[in-house]
Amino acid sequence: MWFAGFSSTSNMETKQLARRVVMPGEKINALKNCADSSKIILGPGLRLEDEDICVAKSGILRFREPNVYWVDSHQTRYVPVKGETVIGIITQKVGDTFRVDIGGSEQASLSFLSFEGATKRNRPDVKVGDIVYCRLLVANKDMEPEVVCIDGQGRSSGMGVIRNGGFLVRTSLSLVRKILNADCVLMKCLGNKIPFEAAVGMNGRVWVKARSNKETIAVANAILASEYMTNEEIKNMCQRLADALDGF
Amino acid sequence: MEISDGSCSTASMSCTLGDLSQPDGSASLTHGNTQVAAAVYGPCEVRLSKEFPDRATIEVIHKPKVGLPRCEDKLRETLLRSIFETAALTALHPRSSIQIIIQEIEDQGGLLATSINAACLALLDASISMKFLVAAVTAKVKHDGSVLLLPQEGSTEKDSLGIITFVFREPDKSVVCSFTSVGTLSLQQRNQCLSLCQEACDTVFKFYRECLENKFSKIK
Repeated sequence: MWFAGFSSTSNMETKQLARRVVMPGEKINALKNCADSSKIILGPGLRLEDEDICVAKSGILRFREPNVYWVDSHQTRYVPVKGETVIGIITQKVGDTFRVDIGGSEQASLSFLSFEGATKRNRPDVKVGDIVYCRLLVANKDMEPEVVCIDGQGRSSGMGVIRNGGFLVRTSLSLVRKILNADCVLMKCLGNKIPFEAAVGMNGRVWVKARSNKETIAVANAILASEYMTNEEIKNMCQRLADALDGF
Repeated sequence: MEISDGSCSTASMSCTLGDLSQPDGSASLTHGNTQVAAAVYGPCEVRLSKEFPDRATIEVIHKPKVGLPRCEDKLRETLLRSIFETAALTALHPRSSIQIIIQEIEDQGGLLATSINAACLALLDASISMKFLVAAVTAKVKHDGSVLLLPQEGSTEKDSLGIITFVFREPDKSVVCSFTSVGTLSLQQRNQCLSLCQEACDTVFKFYRECLENKFSKIK
């Protein structure tokens, strides 16, 4: 994140500026800053080049009050960010750590001690090929990422190895952000019709499990299909899906 | 998505983005009768021998329509790599690789320019961070001294005095790279080609924007 001081522009201009498609190399200078601090916060996809704000990624320019700007891009490759929860696959056991594939450019490491209740004597039961829901503790472009399955108090808080079946689907990163958005009705609507469990990783992996295999597949397909739908269309789809499963 | 205009870029362009499911970004670009498919993977894992501690490695693979890659394909790979090493923000992803794979589907003149434009569109589709966009235009000098832009219906790279490809960057339209693939040109001829290509590169940049707006219109 960068901070920059710029002269203020009117609200109308800001609204016109945001929500439009931007391309790398474009210079944006008419950004609205916060009234009291005259600062702008630049999020992903924007960078400061000398005196200008430059776009680095293709996508839609977004703005949130009072002074936050970012580019919403459609990406499938994950770039690790500290503190995000992801779904990884254990690929290797190396001494006291596991290697976890989280979909980034490099595999993450996971210590066997970073599970709830794990000690040197009481090792967690984790095997190669297991799916883990974990949080990124270290995510630095120059360093190997590290994931953990506990929070600061040493409790699992929902993280850990995911067992007992279910289905893992890969989606785009923008779809994951969409279903985790509080405005999106997908999970609520789908859950009303078909009860299911889900784990959503910011790396574009979604694990779902419903009462039967048939329902699991239906839920997974509904999630994948919702990428370009509006809330109204999602509600209709959930209704149709429930009807189809009931045999109408 | 199509752009056709008589004055500058003589042939029509059409493109589909993201039609391949496995790569992180892909584009299939048709310019006149020349067609190229490009795919981008990255930032992904890199072989230890090609790793840089301070920036991402850009790898380009150029596949001909038939047979094994020849000398000219290797030359195109080198050109594309050096262009995109300057255009992409490689410092953001050290110790990783960005792979660009170009598949020639049909070559009716202007293959190099079409490859560069297709690669740029694929990088945009993959949302790779870049400093600027590039657009390539090829010009051909005929024996009578007249200049025309390739690819063009009924005109191949043969029977020409020289063929030159310019790569421009946005927004200042300065030259990133120029490459004479056939013959030799006088300075005057070269400057004539340059001014004609510089005018035409606007159409390419406009085309990029239309492709992306089409892609993001689904999300809005």
